[in-house]
Amino acid sequence: MKQTFAIGIGGAAGQGVATPGDIFAKIFSRRGLNLNAYNAYQSIIRGGHTFLTIRTGPEKVTNMGDRIDLFIPLNQDSMDRHLHLLTAGSSCIYNADTIKPGSAAEGVQLCPLPVSELADITRNKVAQNTLAIGAGLHMMGIGFPSVEEVLKEQFKKKGDAVIAENVGVARAGYDYAAAYFASFPVPIPKTDNRYAILSGNTAMAMGGAAAGVKFYCAYPMSPSTGVLHWMAAHARKAGIMVRQVEDEIGVINMAIGAAHSGVRAMCATSGGGFALMSEGLGMSAMMETPVVVINCQRAGPSTGVPTKTEQGDLWQMLGAAFGDYPRIIAAPLDIGDCFKLIPEIFNLADRFQCPGLVLCDLLLSEGRLSVHPDDLNFGPPIDRGELILPANGNGAASAPTNGGYKRYKITDSGVSPRAVPGVSGHIHTAATDEHMEDGVLISDEFTNPIKRRAMMEKRMRKVVGIEASVPPPTLSGPADADVTLIGWGSTKGVIEEACELLSEEGISANQLQIRWLVPLHGEAVLEILKNSRHSIIVENNYSGQFARYLRSETSFVPGGHIRKYDGEPFMPHHIVDAVKDQLAGKTKLSVPMHEIMV
Amino acid sequence: MATGVQRTTQLTMADLKGKVDPDWCPGCGDFGVLAALQKALVELKIPTHQVVTISGIGCSSNLPGYINTYGMHTLHGRALAVATGLKLANHELTVIVTGGDGDGFGIGGNHFVHSMRRNVDLLYIVMDNQIYGLTTGQTSPTSRLGMKTKSMPFGNIEAPVNPISIALAAGATFIARGFSGEQKHLTELIKQGIEHKGFSFLDVFSPCVTYNHDNTYQWFRPRVKKLEDDSTYDPADWTAAMEKSLLWGEEIPIGKFFERTDVPTLHGAEPVLNEGPLVHRDPRVPPEVARTFIEELM
Repeated sequence: MKQTFAIGIGGAAGQGVATPGDIFAKIFSRRGLNLNAYNAYQSIIRGGHTFLTIRTGPEKVTNMGDRIDLFIPLNQDSMDRHLHLLTAGSSCIYNADTIKPGSAAEGVQLCPLPVSELADITRNKVAQNTLAIGAGLHMMGIGFPSVEEVLKEQFKKKGDAVIAENVGVARAGYDYAAAYFASFPVPIPKTDNRYAILSGNTAMAMGGAAAGVKFYCAYPMSPSTGVLHWMAAHARKAGIMVRQVEDEIGVINMAIGAAHSGVRAMCATSGGGFALMSEGLGMSAMMETPVVVINCQRAGPSTGVPTKTEQGDLWQMLGAAFGDYPRIIAAPLDIGDCFKLIPEIFNLADRFQCPGLVLCDLLLSEGRLSVHPDDLNFGPPIDRGELILPANGNGAASAPTNGGYKRYKITDSGVSPRAVPGVSGHIHTAATDEHMEDGVLISDEFTNPIKRRAMMEKRMRKVVGIEASVPPPTLSGPADADVTLIGWGSTKGVIEEACELLSEEGISANQLQIRWLVPLHGEAVLEILKNSRHSIIVENNYSGQFARYLRSETSFVPGGHIRKYDGEPFMPHHIVDAVKDQLAGKTKLSVPMHEIMV
Repeated sequence: MATGVQRTTQLTMADLKGKVDPDWCPGCGDFGVLAALQKALVELKIPTHQVVTISGIGCSSNLPGYINTYGMHTLHGRALAVATGLKLANHELTVIVTGGDGDGFGIGGNHFVHSMRRNVDLLYIVMDNQIYGLTTGQTSPTSRLGMKTKSMPFGNIEAPVNPISIALAAGATFIARGFSGEQKHLTELIKQGIEHKGFSFLDVFSPCVTYNHDNTYQWFRPRVKKLEDDSTYDPADWTAAMEKSLLWGEEIPIGKFFERTDVPTLHGAEPVLNEGPLVHRDPRVPPEVARTFIEELM
């Protein structure tokens, strides 16, 4: 089993859950550790309940894991909700003045802090949080100087007096733990590595900047808003025009307008906003103006549960906009991949002049992960495809023409050289109506079934080129295994860990994780799956959207399904237990129960 | 209009002719709008490859196919949003948006209001015929009360919108009304609208000879009165413009209602564009800047 350590911090929104979270994250990161953070929260600004899990370790930490080692409840509600999660070897630090512990499992250390004795609570309202940080860090075997360093940074904007007070309070907690609480048997390790810690939203925004995005627009919608926030904050440094638009219909149309001028344009939203954008995607396809749209899925339908995760929009993406047209759909596999995927999908969208859709979800969008800085490559290949841009200097001719330029020229690849407004000698009209090679409409007096067929076939020929440009998925783990777990997008990490846990229990497991949903490479998938002894599809939705898609593309029917649609992500044991049930023939459909109530 | 636009020395009406002829009904008001727009561009001598004509959907939105500039024939109601993105990505282009009253004030109403408050630098010409033509004659947002159409056969019971008042309230910086039957006047308004730096809104009475039998050329001709003929009218006076915008009936003002030049354009207000149009930029983030982005996260 992996050496990891997980902290859970629970409290009301607005009670300061984030600050201790940030402090722990920073300390772990400075020690060269990997970490994964997931905040289970509610759609409320003040009050309610939130539960932050930070899991750290020297190796890659891909998910929240199964175990809480240290629990810090900031109020009674949190204590009542989560104490039952703790098992032998875990500790719970709490404010003894205000919180009653309830009964804990055997081997759980309860660590009451006499907060009013240790700090002046009339002056410092979050003294209990700072004391708990100090106490917790002592129990993890972390020296006080590194605590002090991070506290200084955390409070530097508030001045020396506030820093001194917080350092003092943390010290009191640290010393109290030294005197009264047992430390964890294995101190938190240290390595020479250094990682960046970022959310999937930040990663996708930065990936956009690395891809050369010059125009980004959005309407705020959880859980995609973080992309807008990064873009807005860094727009001037990165030379990106960022606009907040009146609605998502405006967003997609504005993005396509910018893209039509010849820049790379991107937008992000969640399922509801994506629904509003769908007509625009058809325009992108018909005008052959590439655009990249990110959908950060949340639990639907309709407003649904805005702060919860789901993989419930696959069929919306597959069917977005009416009519047949070439599209590219990819689901990033982890937060690092959120960065890497954006330049890749832009290259494809540009080369094939069609919409590129990124199917992310709240788990990645708002989760945080340590990523090696080398994996945030701001120099990825940029391939703009057959694009004719205006030369600098107000649109002097930048490409020779004999006057016969046809924007929608019928070609073997289906791709036609794309001149943008401002290029002399290439004037044309791009229309959403069906049109001929020269852009003239064939929807009115020139309507013609032969021409219509030729244009449909021209556009759809691009599908062949797209498929050839995207690698087929591969199997990871042993070639011959007791069970093959199939997942897509954000479940990569948790399935990976489930496979490791299964093999420790003597069940060999391998994994087929899908990143490119369209094109799927159905034949390659079948080739892999035909050798599997037992296959199970794992996905975060009710109806098995991927299972239905895979069946529609390949006729493949798996041996079983593991699904979750309670708004929370999978934990490794959910998958492990379900696999064991299914291999024992107990069921073909497992729906694990989530144990953390937020 | 964009600053620093190159002017061409020679431009004729023939240069502005599109690949195909309009298929509007004979007598349609839109012919007059197209001709006035072509004339205005000829007179302003803007190179055709520097102009983008963008429309939505509807009879009048077919216009980009009939004029020899770059064109985008977009989605119903969405032309202004598309035009805003296009202008921000290459603000050296001259952008003209054309469409109808249903396209602009009905399905596109949200973008209409927000584009005006943003002061996007473009000219928006609405060919306002007070009816849905391409869908064969239904009530539009500007159809008069009581007007009988296929969708309201017993008469319209919903009050029409007043596009000029909305434009004034929403913050458009150039607001005018033209009449397709007044070619020279209309051409002049289009020229002014193109040259104005900011959002220019031009509502044009463009009679539908097939489906609107109420608001015909004959109905408009005795009613339209040019604001320019009133020497006391000051288009810088917003309150006076609002009062004039409410006039309807026996006397209907046409001409320039309002203009102000002290509001920055959207592209002018955003420092990101100080170094020139985005389309000319190097797509790469400089390595030293990229490094700071990563260091923030460590």
